[in-house]
Order: sequence, then structure tokens, then C-alpha cells
Amino acid sequence: MPAITPDEVAHLAVLARLDLTPEHLGRLGVELDVILQSVARVAEVASADIPPTSHPLPLTNVFRADVVQPSLTAEQALSAAPAVESGRFRVPRILDEEG
Amino acid sequence: MTDLTRLTATALAALVAAGEASAVEVTRAHLDRISAVDGAVHAFLHVDTEGALDAAAAVDADRAAGSPLGPLAGVPLALKDVLTMEGIPTTCGSRILEGWRPAYDATVTQRLKSAGVVILGKTNMDEFAMGSSTEHSAYGPTHNPWDLARIPGGSGGGSAAALAAFEAPLAIGTDTGGSIRQPAAVTGTVGIKPTYGGVSRYGLVALASSLDQAGPCARNVLDAAVLHSVIAGYDPHDSTSIDQPVPPVVEAARRADVRGMKVGVVRELTGDGYQAGVQQRFDEAVALLEELGAEVVEVSCPHFPYALAAYYLILPSECSSNLAKFDGMRFGLRAGDDGTRSVEEVMGRTRATGFGDEAIRRIMLGTYALSAGYYDAYYGSAQKVRTLVTRDFAAAFEQVDVLVSPTAPTTAFRLGEKLEDPLAMYLNDVATIPANLAGTPGLSLPVGLAPEDGLPVGLQVMAPVMADERLYRVGAALEAALVARWGAPILDGVPAL
Amino acid sequence: MTAAGAGAADALMPWDDVLARFDPALGLEVHVELSTATKMFCGCPTEFGAEPNTQTCPTCLALPGALPVVNAVAVESAVRLGLALNCSIASWCRFARKNYFYPDMPKNYQVSQYDEPIAYDGWLDVEVPTPEGPRIHRIAIERAHMEEDTGKSSHVGGDTGRIQGADYSLVDYNRAGIPLIEVVTKPIEGIGALAPEVARAFASELRDLVVALGISDAHMHQGSLRADVNLSLRRTPTDPLGTRSETKNVNSFRSVARAVRYEMQRQGALLEAGGKVVQETRHWHEDTGITTSGRSKEEAEDYRYFPEPDLVPVAPDPAWVEELRAGLPELPALRRRRLQQEWDVSDLEMGAVVNAGALEVIEATIADGADPLAARRWWMGELSRLANEREVELGDLAIFPADVARVIGLVAEGTLTDTMARQVVEGVLAGEGSPDDVVAGRGLKVVNDDASLLAAIDAAVAANTDVVNKILAGKVAAAGAIVGAVMKATRGQADAARVRELLLTKLGVEP
Ligand SMILES: [Mg+2]
Ligand SMILES: [Zn+2]
Repeated sequence: MPAITPDEVAHLAVLARLDLTPEHLGRLGVELDVILQSVARVAEVASADIPPTSHPLPLTNVFRADVVQPSLTAEQALSAAPAVESGRFRVPRILDEEG
Repeated sequence: MTDLTRLTATALAALVAAGEASAVEVTRAHLDRISAVDGAVHAFLHVDTEGALDAAAAVDADRAAGSPLGPLAGVPLALKDVLTMEGIPTTCGSRILEGWRPAYDATVTQRLKSAGVVILGKTNMDEFAMGSSTEHSAYGPTHNPWDLARIPGGSGGGSAAALAAFEAPLAIGTDTGGSIRQPAAVTGTVGIKPTYGGVSRYGLVALASSLDQAGPCARNVLDAAVLHSVIAGYDPHDSTSIDQPVPPVVEAARRADVRGMKVGVVRELTGDGYQAGVQQRFDEAVALLEELGAEVVEVSCPHFPYALAAYYLILPSECSSNLAKFDGMRFGLRAGDDGTRSVEEVMGRTRATGFGDEAIRRIMLGTYALSAGYYDAYYGSAQKVRTLVTRDFAAAFEQVDVLVSPTAPTTAFRLGEKLEDPLAMYLNDVATIPANLAGTPGLSLPVGLAPEDGLPVGLQVMAPVMADERLYRVGAALEAALVARWGAPILDGVPAL
Repeated sequence: MTAAGAGAADALMPWDDVLARFDPALGLEVHVELSTATKMFCGCPTEFGAEPNTQTCPTCLALPGALPVVNAVAVESAVRLGLALNCSIASWCRFARKNYFYPDMPKNYQVSQYDEPIAYDGWLDVEVPTPEGPRIHRIAIERAHMEEDTGKSSHVGGDTGRIQGADYSLVDYNRAGIPLIEVVTKPIEGIGALAPEVARAFASELRDLVVALGISDAHMHQGSLRADVNLSLRRTPTDPLGTRSETKNVNSFRSVARAVRYEMQRQGALLEAGGKVVQETRHWHEDTGITTSGRSKEEAEDYRYFPEPDLVPVAPDPAWVEELRAGLPELPALRRRRLQQEWDVSDLEMGAVVNAGALEVIEATIADGADPLAARRWWMGELSRLANEREVELGDLAIFPADVARVIGLVAEGTLTDTMARQVVEGVLAGEGSPDDVVAGRGLKVVNDDASLLAAIDAAVAANTDVVNKILAGKVAAAGAIVGAVMKATRGQADAARVRELLLTKLGVEP
């Protein structure tokens, strides 16, 4: 496995929305490298013929009837919000236009 | 009169039901114990004195009114801070949730309430259940009542310590890779990870959704079984909940008989890497099972040695996604919002400030494991190992009724000892992780003190999916024989605090 | 540099040059918002226009600990749409998490489907108008998958309430978690100049389809149908596909066509000038009719999809799927062709009827016994005029097809003149009851008993002696004036021909 580069670590922090100091990123680079070296051994036994398991139990088709349940009141919904304005969650200006 | 905090949950329930002690008296006794010792132990993050006394009073009122009481009515319980309780602070041991008061009850919480169980408060844990020592709590570590300089295990160290310190006769833990069983082992208490899907995850703040399972913690196997029966069962709010009757765990615990059972010792979970005293007490316990009429054989689970690696890819992957919702927009901490910064910057600062080192480490690890280009090598391969581990269990349970191993490779280590070495910390879960990967149930019970350090050693029993009752059958039988041999419950040996 | 600034600079190549020099490849991703009673994964209601954050719960707000449970009707809708799109239905598929941070998405991941869509490999025939008349074009469907919608943010401060330059934003999560089905086409090639019309035709055919299936209100203006337009150009059809732009959230049929045309002209100019098309998200501006650059994808998009562990796989029972297939309604294209034959109208006329949204009402009116021609005339003529006046859809006019059929019947049997029929319709719309109520209430009916007519004629004759003299002097044409007076006196209820006849006999003049 390739050692993880500082650029990769920085990119991961962006993907994970973590505003970390260079020092912290440096430390993480080393730690992640050690951990990745050791967990990479899963590849030793993961041959192509083995199906992956995403769910521990083989349940399927768990559905809910399309029946309205009581919602929270706006007060309850907003009760824990750091900032609220006119019944909405107030958030800082959005740079990225995705959405 | 007798010290109510030394009694078992079933004994307390009987006293309350018979009117020989009121639920309020029982609750007061435990609240007093908490104020006396929790300064030293730090098992609790929040004590809900008022709520607990109200709940107790309600039970006494029910009894006075002659309405039927549940099997644990009036019995106090310590709730791990990862389960929501309406109006009560729920932090998951993290700064990022400081002061958050949920608008709803977890299904487990609601079932405890309606059973008349008295919830004393919320217990300390490694941040978002990531750790094996409770040192990763943003609110300071919990201390092991056997030796305050040592860890109580983790992530559910608070719940286990509360039991060992007689602050509560019952507790709820959650187990993603051993967070119920390993703390039980190092505190001399009993802890069960039920079959995945056996207890609702609704209101359990997810670490790794496909691994998390809430379960009972107690000072003896029967108490745990009764608590299990109260919290378990199908919940339509959890899509992964099993729509089947709860396994007959209480009957099994009462039966306490292993005659004719086949017990398999997992070769890959013994020997190298296990502390001598741990191995010794384990071997003695296995021999005892044979004396009690069980047939003991050695079985091999060849892929268990890969379980730890698979787990430390699957868990971080799921948790990197589960913890994304903690962004300071709808609840919890918001950092750096000075009116000039963008939402992207504020989210980044909130998360960097609110999460501790281990949480950040695992979020980064999971983000990496799921990234395009690495997915197949890491997450994909880990899921295949998960298949292999599940097959190992299936093959083993063709030959035996239950599997046993030491719960943890060592007894309680010193606070700070492994804090700087993540890999060493992760190794604590080597024996408990396979059950989480396969969804199978596991129990840990104390089998003695390690000669070299006088600290509790845990034995793990593992059973097939939805055969949780086998854990209790074996656990109760072994417990009875051991207590008879010792002449007293192991926790009588906990030093006075 | 704001995105708008970037967009303003775009040069456009003349349309004919684009067609002469490039071959377009089109891809469409249409999000259909389902009209289920509750959200995709929780029991919150889905009504449009509720007070902000009154339709949320721990699950759709992503409060810690809450869990999703799949809406059965949403799955059924997805399977039915898949079948209607001639897709294969997956025997086993999972939901997946699409991970990215955005404030209107509470969990910071969207629960969607990744490499296991519930429906895949289908097709939809669309009718594309061409100078040589309509042409059927078969569009290959890549997949249709289930996912959840996001919340809605409004932007405060700055100039236009646009996201750029805003001081902060306010988020309403009522829409977060509303079920969506995303329909994705395979690349549509070899359509050249028809690209804009093909895109429009696909969107509107899909709209008709989901309406016929009854799984969505499909109000494009309310965003219940949102199209992403992917477009790329290449020099010749044999070249590999060029780099595409992805224009998001185009929400009118007309705009879908405009966006395709705009992107063809923009990319044409760009490539001709030796530039390169960047793979990026672009935003459609309804007002200016242009697209502007959004998030370019060099900030490498990495959604880290993985199977949603909080939900179990969906494995539709084949028998159930066949049941749903058998229960599909007649699909819009077939129905249109059938009705066109039954009514025996030209492609052009049929097109007009469809565009006017008159198909349902006309069919219903005929079903209520009206003559097809009359039914079409009324709905496309007088009733369309009244609908425009009132600025409502034809179907929303306060008159039932049965009422229209009755009015047509009354005219046919001679009880009403066309003038009266129009008054009756006015009356019904004014809430005066059924056509018969209005006829009775307004006392509308053709007067044809000679006695009362003669009385009216006598009065008119007495009042118009000069006219009478002209007639008697041989100017028979002047009789019109008297007839007019009589019609006036009888409020148009008399049969004019009969009046003239009686008048002339009375005056002893040969007709
Ligand atoms: Mg999508
Ligand atoms: Zn909801």
C-alpha cells in the first residue's frame, strides 16, 4: 500500500470538513499511515469469489405504511439550533452552490 | 437496615413489590452513594436527581394503587450517555454535543421508563463510543473502582464503573466492538451484547450502524437477563430490528445448567498476546465448565485474526458518515461564526473544535477508506472479511452450542498507558470484535482475579444469532459455581472508596 | 469572481454554425418528486407550502440517534415508474449514502441508490415535432432510482436574494426527505438540430407518464419535476463523446429546450476558439436564459458512496412486480394515439389539444354523450377563452365535462341557441348550478309559440310604421329591422326565421 501523502491528508480533511492545523495534519499523516499499514492485511484473504457483507443479518423489505405521523412543532425543531430567524435555521453565508 | 446499594436488581425489585422498601428509598440510597463516591470514580456525566425521584415516586404510587409492577419497577439504572432521553443532556462524551437536550426518547429509554426502571443519570464514555478506556471522553476519564489509577474499559467505562462502585445495580451500555463486554471484564461485572437487531437502535447515537448494539450491564447474570428482557424486542422505528420473540433469556439464567452443552474454545483467541493471569483464569473456568457437565472442544475460526483489521476499516467508514451531521447548523456546538466566515469555514471549525483526537482520527481514516480509488482495497476487502468471519461462526456453531474466549487480552491497564498508541488501544477489542462483525450475541462475566495484579478477568461466551439464551445459561451456571468456590461475589472484593 | 460574472462573459456560436460543425450528445437526469402522503424515510407530511420547519421530525432533521424507515408507497411508485419506462426491476438492491456537506441536507449525506438502482435498462418513446410533422424518438433509459430531497435555503442580504453575495441563509427542512425518483437517460445521440426539442419532449412525456401513474403532481413550477441537462459536443458522430457540462435544476419544459440550445452555442463558441469544456455543474437562469458556471469539479468530487447500513435491502417479489405491471394504466402515448384515431383529427389539431391540456376534459365530455366535434370546439374555443380570462387551467374551470355535454345536447335538440348556450356556461361558472338550473333560473329557452310571437310583432309593427311602409313599397329587405326589434323584445329567445315568416304573411307580402 502506498504511504499516505501530506496532500492526501489535507484533502481528506477538506472532504471531512475538518479545519485542522498543519501540526495536527502532520501528526495524523503519521498515525493514519501506521494504522493503514496494519489494516491493509484484509486484502490478504479478500479474494474475488467472496461476496461482501454490508449488513450483519439477511433482512430485506422492511417498509413503513405511508401514513402521516405527528411531526415536531417548529419550536421543538428549532429548540437546539445555534441560530434561528423567522422560523428557520440561520446558517452562515454559503459559498458552494451545490444543492 | 441493609445497605440497599449492595443488593441485586431482582432483590430490590422484590423489596419494592413487597413494600418492604419504597422505590424512593432505593433511589435515594443510590443517589447518596453517587454523591459519596462519584467524585472519585466519575462514572456519571449527568445525575438526574429530580427526575429519578419523581420516577421512583410514580412507581410507589402505582404500587399503592395496586396496579401491576414490571419486573424491575423501582430499580435504579445508569444510562450510557449515547442514548437519548427527552430533556436530559446527551453528550456522547463529546464537546460537540455539550448542552444538547434531545426532543425525544430512545426506544430503550422509553421501554425502561414504561417498565418503572428509575434512570439515575447518564454515564461517561469514550467520545461517540470510540475507545477502550473511557479516556477519550471530553469530560475527563472514569476511574476503575478496583484501582482508581486504572481504566474501567471503554467505551462504556462509566456504566461498568457505576456498577462496580455500587452507584447503580443496573446499567445500559452499547457495544460496537466490545464496549459492553470489555468494560465488564475489567471491572468484574457482567455485560451482554445481544444479537444485532435484538434491541432497538432508535435513539442510540450511531457510531457504526451495522455494528452498534445496546445491551444490559449488571453485577450478576440473572439481573442482566431480566434487564435484557425489558429492553429487547422488535421496534418498527429501527429497520434493522428483528421481528421475532425475545429469546427466553430469563428462564435460561434461572436454569443455569450446562449439562450436555457443547462448548468450543476458539483457538485463535487464546495464547499469544493474552496476559498470563488472564489465560490462567480462563483455563480454570473452562475446566470448571467441564466439571459442570459441559463437553469442551477446541474449534478454529481461521479468519478471526483478520477481524480487527476489517473492523478498523468498517467502523471508521460508517462513523465518518454518521458523524457528518455534527456540523453546528441544527444543534450542538457552533464554532467560529463571527458573521464573516462562510458556512463551510464554520462547519470546519466547529468539527475541528468539537471532536476529540480519536474521533478525528477515525473520521479521517473512514474518509480515506471510502474514497474513490481506495474503496475496494480497504472498505471492500473489509466487507469480504466480514463474510469470512460470519462463515467461521457458522461452521463453529455446526460443532458446538457456544464459543468461549477471554473477553480482553489483559486486565485493566493504567490510565494514560495506551493513550498515545492507537494500535495498542485497538488490540483490547481483538476477542470481542468478531461477534460485532457477524451480529452474533456475546456475554462477559468475571472468572476471577489475575494472580499478578489482583484485577478482574472476564470470560466471553458467544452464541449464534437469536440464541442469546445460551449465553445466559452458560453464564449463570459458571457464575453460580464460581461464587460457590469463592464464597462471595467477586465485587465484594472491590476496595472501599 | 462570482459565477454570474463568469457566465456573462460566455460567447455564443450562431445556431446554424453549431449544427454545421458539431454533433451534440444529450443526457437527461429528471428528479420526480412523489406525491406520497409522507416522506421517504419518516412519517412527516409532504404538503407544499406549509409553515417553515413544521413538517420535520428527529429523522428528517437528522437529530442524533434517529433512524430511517422506507416508505412502502415510494418503493411501489418507483417500481411502477420503472415498469412504465420499460425497465428491468432489480430483484435485490440497496440504498447507498452519498456523502457531501451542504447545509440544506441535514445528515450531510443523501440517502440514494448507487450501483444498484431499483429499475434499469428501459426506454421511452417521445414525439418530437419536426418541420415534416411529429417524429417518434426512442430514448434509452439508463436507470431510475429512489432518493430523498433536500431542504430549502433562502438567502438574506446581498442584492438579489441570490446565493452570491448573501450575508447569511435561512433553512427550512420541510422538503428534506421528500421522496424523489431520479430518472437517468443513456446518452442521446444523432439528434443534431432536434436536441432541444428532444430534451423538451422527454421531460413532458415523463410528466404525462407520472401523472398517468398518479405518483406525482408533476408541477414543474413547484419543483416537483426538476431536470438536469448534460450536454457535450464533438466534431463528428464517430468521435468519442466530448466533455459534458451539467446544467442543474431546469424547471420548465421550455427552459429544458432553451438550456440545451444555449449550452450547444456556448460550447460551440468555446471549442471553436480552441478552448476546452470543463466538466462542471452549471446553473440555469430562468430570467436571462443563460447558464453560469457553478462548482467546477476540480475540487475532485468524491461522494464516498457506501451501502446505507441503517436500511435493509429491497428485494421486490417478482409476483408483486407482475401484479403492478398488470395494474399499469394506459400510458399517455398510446392513449393519445387511440383518441386521435377515435376523434379522427390531424396531428396538428391533436398537438393543439395536448398543449392546451384539454385531452382529459374533452374525452370525459364525449364519454358523457357529447358529439366529439362539438366537445372539441367548446373546450378549445369558448372554454379555453374563459380559462385564459380567469387565468386557470382548463381542467380547473368550475364546470364539469358532464355540464358541457348537457349544454351541447340542449343546443343539438334546439332548446338553446348558441348565444343562450354561452349564457348557460357563464351561469354555471358563476355558480348558478347545473346547466338546467341556469336555463330555468334565467328563463332561457327558444320561444316558438306563434301567439306570443305575433304579439311581439304587432308591437314592433306599431312602433316602426315607416319601416312597414318601406316593406309594403316592396323593400322586403327592410323586414330585418322589425325582426331585429322582435328578437330584442324576446331577449334573443325567438326563432328569427319564424318571426320573419309571420311578419311577411301578416303584411301580405310575398317572401
Ligand atoms: Mg440524485
Ligand atoms: Zn420527518
